[in-house]
Amino acid sequence: MDSGLDSGLDSGSTEDYETDVELLKRAWRQEKSAPEILQFESALVRRIVEQIQLMEETVEEFTDSGIDPLTVSLYQMDLDRTQFLLRSYFRIRLQKIEKYMFHIRDNAESHLSEKEKVFVERCCADLQTHLEKSVLLQLPSTYQSVFRQSSEKETDMVPRPHLDTFVVCKTNASQRPLDEPFEMEPNVLYFVRYKAVKKFVEEGKIDLY
Amino acid sequence: MAGQTDPSLSIFSGEEVEFMAEDEMVEIVPNMRMDPLNMLCGDFGPFYPQMATQVPLWLAIAMKKRGKCTIRPPEWMSIENLTRILEAERDSQAAFQVLPFHYVEISSLLFEYAPDDIPDIYMVRSLINDIRDVRFHKVETSLESFEEAHSSAVMVKDLSAMEVNLVRPFVGRALQAFYKHGSPELVPNPDGMSARRLQATDNIPRIDWNKFYIAYRLLSHAL
Repeated sequence: MDSGLDSGLDSGSTEDYETDVELLKRAWRQEKSAPEILQFESALVRRIVEQIQLMEETVEEFTDSGIDPLTVSLYQMDLDRTQFLLRSYFRIRLQKIEKYMFHIRDNAESHLSEKEKVFVERCCADLQTHLEKSVLLQLPSTYQSVFRQSSEKETDMVPRPHLDTFVVCKTNASQRPLDEPFEMEPNVLYFVRYKAVKKFVEEGKIDLY
Repeated sequence: MAGQTDPSLSIFSGEEVEFMAEDEMVEIVPNMRMDPLNMLCGDFGPFYPQMATQVPLWLAIAMKKRGKCTIRPPEWMSIENLTRILEAERDSQAAFQVLPFHYVEISSLLFEYAPDDIPDIYMVRSLINDIRDVRFHKVETSLESFEEAHSSAVMVKDLSAMEVNLVRPFVGRALQAFYKHGSPELVPNPDGMSARRLQATDNIPRIDWNKFYIAYRLLSHAL
C-alpha cells in the first residue's frame, strides 16, 4: 500500500497495475477538482493520443472486414469514453487558462503544454488589446494599466485562483497537510483547504475527488 | 468576489459521477460466444455462454441492452446485507456504514437497465432508498458540528461519491467562510479582537438549512 510514496505521478497508487486510461481518469479528476491549473501530463497525453489513433484504425478495419457489429460497437464505446475523458481534460484546462490568463502566463507557464502556451499568449494579447482600445486608453495615464487599479498599487486587477478553496481529497499514506494541526488518515475522505495539500497533490501523494 | 469559487470549475455533474461509476467491475453471465476484447480501458473476456466473467459496468449495460448477457447484482445488494446496513445506519448517529463508493450510481444504473436480473427488486430498491435517506439525514446533522471541529478540515469518512458531490458546493463554501472569518489576517479588526472571540460572540454566519435542503432535493430529483 505504501509503494506509491516513492514513485512519481505515473505510478503513485494503491493498484498494482493501471492502464493509461485510468491514469487519464485520475488526471482529469484532479484537474476538475483543483482550483489552479496543474502540471500538464504531456507523456500520458501523448500515449493516450497514440492509443486512440491506433484504436480508431482497428475499429475501421473491423467495420471493413465484417466483424460482428456488436463487437465493433463495444470497441467504439470504449473509444468514445476515452475520447470524452481526453476532451474534457483539455477543456477544463482551457477554461482555467481563459479565467486566469494573466496569472498563468506570469506564474504557471511551465505547467502548460506547448499549444496551451501559444493559447495563453494569444488570449492575453487579445484581451489586453481589447481592454485598451475600448476603455483604458481613454483614461488618464495613471489608470491605463490592465493589471492595477492605480499606479502605486500592486497587480490587483489580475484574477487569481483561490487556493483557499476547500477540496475533497484522500491520501494513501498518512500525511500532515501543511499548517494544519492534524494528520490525515489513509483512505479516508476529507474536506481540506487546497493550499494545505497543494504540495502533496503535485507530488501525486494525495488524490482529489 | 474574493474567497468565492466558481462552481463550474470545481464540481462534477451527476452524469460525470455516473461516468466514473461505470468503470466499476460487475459480474456478467453471457449467453453467447465472443472473442476477448482488448480495449483501451483494459482486456475483458473471452466470453462463453453461461460462464461468468468480470467486466466494467458500462460494458455490462451495453451487452445487456442488446440481450447478450445477464448481470449478477453485486453481493452488497442482497436483501440481508442491505437490511443489516439500514439497521446499523439507524442505530448509529455518528458513523456511516461501509458501502461501495459508487453505491448510489451502481444501484440506480442496475435498476434502470437490468431490473429483471435483480431478485426482489422492489424490496432492494426501497432498502437502498431508505439507506440513502437515512445517510443523508445524518450528513445534514453531522454538518452542524462543523463549528466545534477544527474548521480548516472536515473528515467525511465512508461517504459515497454521490453524497460527497451533493454536499461539496455547500460544505466547501461553508468551510471557506468559516476559514475566512476565523483568520485574523483576513478580517480587518482594528481593536485587535481575536478570531476566537469573534466566534464566541456568534458573529459567524449560520447555516441556512432550508436553502441547503431545497438544493439537495433539487439535486436528487435531477439525478
